Amino acid sequence: MPTTLTVNGRVHELADFDPATPLLWVLRDHLGLVGTKYGCGQGLCGACTVHFNGAAMRSCVLPLAAAAGQKITTIEGLAADARLTPLQQAWCDEDVAQCGYCQAGQIMSATALLAKNPRPTDADIDGALAGNLCRCGTYQRIRRAVHAAASTLPA
Amino acid sequence: MHPDLSVLDPVSFPPAVSAARPGDAPALDRRSFLRLAALAGGGFALALYLRGPDAAAAEPAVSGGAEPGGDFTPSLFVRITPAGEITVLAANPECGQGVKTAFPMLIVEELDAPWARVKIEQADLDPRLGRQAAAGSRGTPTHYQPYRRLGATARALLVSAAAARWGVPTDELQTPGDARVVHAPTGRAATYGELATAAAALPVPDEKTVPLKDPSAFRLLGRRVGGVDNPRIVVGAPLFGLDVRRPGQLFATFVKCPVFGGVVRSADLAAARAAPGVRAVFEVKAPGVASGVAIVADSTWRAFQARDVLKIEWDEGRATGDSDAAFAAAAARLHDAPPAGDPLRGAGDFAAAHAAAAVRVEARYEYPFLSHANLEPQNCTALHRPDGVELWAPTQSPSGARDAAAKALGVAPESVVVHMTRIGGGFGRRLTNDFAAEAAAIAREVSGTPVQLVWTRADDMQHDWYRPGGFHAFRGGVDADGRVVAWGEHFVTYAAGYDTDKVAGVAGLAAAEFPGRLVPNVLIHQSPLPNGIPLGPWRAPRTSAQCFAQQCFLDELAHAAGRDPVEFRLALLAAPAAPAPAGERGPVFDNARMAGVVRLAAEKSGWGAPGETPWPRGRGRGIAFQFSHLGYVAIVAEVTVSKTGDLVIDRVVVAADVGRQIINPSGGENQSEGSVVDGISSALVQRITIEGGRVAQSGFADMPLLRIDQAPKRIETHFLLTDNPPTGLGEPVIPPVPPALGNAIFAATGRRVRRLPFNAADLSWS
Ligand code: FES
Ligand code: FES
Repeated sequence: MPTTLTVNGRVHELADFDPATPLLWVLRDHLGLVGTKYGCGQGLCGACTVHFNGAAMRSCVLPLAAAAGQKITTIEGLAADARLTPLQQAWCDEDVAQCGYCQAGQIMSATALLAKNPRPTDADIDGALAGNLCRCGTYQRIRRAVHAAASTLPA
Repeated sequence: MHPDLSVLDPVSFPPAVSAARPGDAPALDRRSFLRLAALAGGGFALALYLRGPDAAAAEPAVSGGAEPGGDFTPSLFVRITPAGEITVLAANPECGQGVKTAFPMLIVEELDAPWARVKIEQADLDPRLGRQAAAGSRGTPTHYQPYRRLGATARALLVSAAAARWGVPTDELQTPGDARVVHAPTGRAATYGELATAAAALPVPDEKTVPLKDPSAFRLLGRRVGGVDNPRIVVGAPLFGLDVRRPGQLFATFVKCPVFGGVVRSADLAAARAAPGVRAVFEVKAPGVASGVAIVADSTWRAFQARDVLKIEWDEGRATGDSDAAFAAAAARLHDAPPAGDPLRGAGDFAAAHAAAAVRVEARYEYPFLSHANLEPQNCTALHRPDGVELWAPTQSPSGARDAAAKALGVAPESVVVHMTRIGGGFGRRLTNDFAAEAAAIAREVSGTPVQLVWTRADDMQHDWYRPGGFHAFRGGVDADGRVVAWGEHFVTYAAGYDTDKVAGVAGLAAAEFPGRLVPNVLIHQSPLPNGIPLGPWRAPRTSAQCFAQQCFLDELAHAAGRDPVEFRLALLAAPAAPAPAGERGPVFDNARMAGVVRLAAEKSGWGAPGETPWPRGRGRGIAFQFSHLGYVAIVAEVTVSKTGDLVIDRVVVAADVGRQIINPSGGENQSEGSVVDGISSALVQRITIEGGRVAQSGFADMPLLRIDQAPKRIETHFLLTDNPPTGLGEPVIPPVPPALGNAIFAATGRRVRRLPFNAADLSWS
């Protein structure tokens, strides 16, 4: 059964897919979008976070069947015309990353947070990002980068 | 397969470089030398050449202008084209410790080029580049001077080219830092690009005689520089091992026995072979590779799915008798009896000093095994061909990956090519290259097709090389003046297997700076428990575990003696350190440097500030220090604990002395902040338990990592710059974190938690 999947504004017709396949593996192994990371496959680390109609969602536990026909955005789809978003820019300016492996997921969750709440407090940030683990421990800089990006946005 | 311990910390392994004078260590392989190569189309590359058996003739003052023949291919450390493009090689594995940025900064500083215009290129494994490893915080001491010399040599060539062009002496020329050579008296200037082709024809000066900048002239070192991969990381561009995509690539999973050392007895592969997308299923038998079954499929998910229909009977082997409960019972038996055998260390007369002490304290401490839990699960991509194998490996030791793959395939190491990808977290896990050996062995079965081996999260957690747990029994004595006069310790740790008394390489008691060099009467025993658990280096091996027990017990002594924990430590550090005990390797420990960071941590945290009022119950702070990996670190942690036992970490203040220069303060502080979070996570929430020879945990549900909402509200890092050679920051901040936290919890609640993780303890108070 063919499935229509819209990722970063591009429509993909996928033939012969088990509808239970997690979106993560369709992105990574079939569409070549490796920016969305595999960390646990259990919905517990946030490395695989994408936007599902604008909301942060763990793609490792999101079946293809549920993603079909919805608007999916990945880390590769955030920067329009090669211009970084304020959050991506803040992530560079604050030099957040260590190994960097979790950071795509962090940025996706933080982007969804700022879309709803343009002036988050530390507690808001902690709440929205509690599902995004960073093994390298960059949490302090993540908070700082979210505040820095928020300060550039209209309240 | 064993951890590559040759690349570990200098404190306890014979260092390849003089640990006492790390700044003078060679960065480059002794067999390699610098030469110039001309680039097609002009420009030059400062290259390294391997000094082969027949290379003697080629070695003396070679001028550029021609590509060298024979075995000499240039390895391009610094490349400048006529158009002015400057490329610098990053030779070491990047696992988040920031060396892909910091080490090229050393070259670019002396080259006097604008950082923003320099392109950084990741090297492959290349024997000409000398040590390529991320281990033991040894990169900075190893490379600090030699990389600067590389940059200075390139600059000297460009200056000489300008001098020749204009007929002026070199000492009238300047490089203002914008990739130009300027002759101020005549107002002439030329870009590096314009000079590059002429520079390529000059003899290379001896890099050891090329002058280096005085630190006061640094333009780049000491500046906050963002990681060179940041722009790619934030857009999700491919960088990591799991991001590798080769044409026609397949995906593999490898199923091993959950019991350590278990082997396949029989396997029914038919159902897995028939599963959708599956291309091959086979039992893997290769030297140095664990027994198991590999599934190769057209996607990671389909390979994972086919595991469910795999039927394997295991011969579980001897480790089934291993369990945390058995280890703890054995440790208690050892601790209950007087320690047997010769002491590991002794000084003075412990028995007499202990008996005469004004205050005596006894306590037992313990901590569990830990896994590394890198966020990027272990993986490796391999392409096998008749003449060898090509690996794309996120490894902290690419030479170890080469050797492991060569052994697995029974081929010469030279037939293995290793590409170094960015690494999604190292922490010591990726010094053991089991994943590379497995990938090579699997790739051979699908020779000609690239295959990416992906470990599941459960594979990763259950087939790690674990930070050993440990059991400490202490007996301490303090005299009436508040001086520690007796320190007795019986450390029960893990052996390097079942039928040996040898302590596992990463499980022995750390070198004796503390307490051995500071306390006059010391008696230390060490007893290893036989076991079949794979043990390996975990960030700041040994000290990251043992510091918890020692610095918490030291705190107990301070409180029992009625002394302030900071003053108590400063008194301990005031006595001149005894020389290293006979037979102890390791660098010189300078207790004045340690006292310096203890004072700085206290001052910055406001400890004992004039006019300070006592803290209310439920709020507390603790201090701890440790010398590790040539770094001196003291930490003050501040916590609030609710009556019901909920813990908030309000602030952590780090004071670190790693020499006279922080190469990149942004990267350095990031290492410190990350170490604080890592140290808290390891002490507060993480635990691996062994039952029946296997790991009970399988993912982040039962082996969590610290979340952002549990992280400290504030982390501050203060560097104490002292006139000593710069040393690394990947490890030394972590050891004092757990004891600082434990000591703070005690101050807040009156509860002394002697067993990790802290969150398993009741912290409530009334
Ligand atoms: S990979 Fe999806 S939450 Fe961890
Ligand atoms: S930067 Fe390494 S896991 Fe977050």
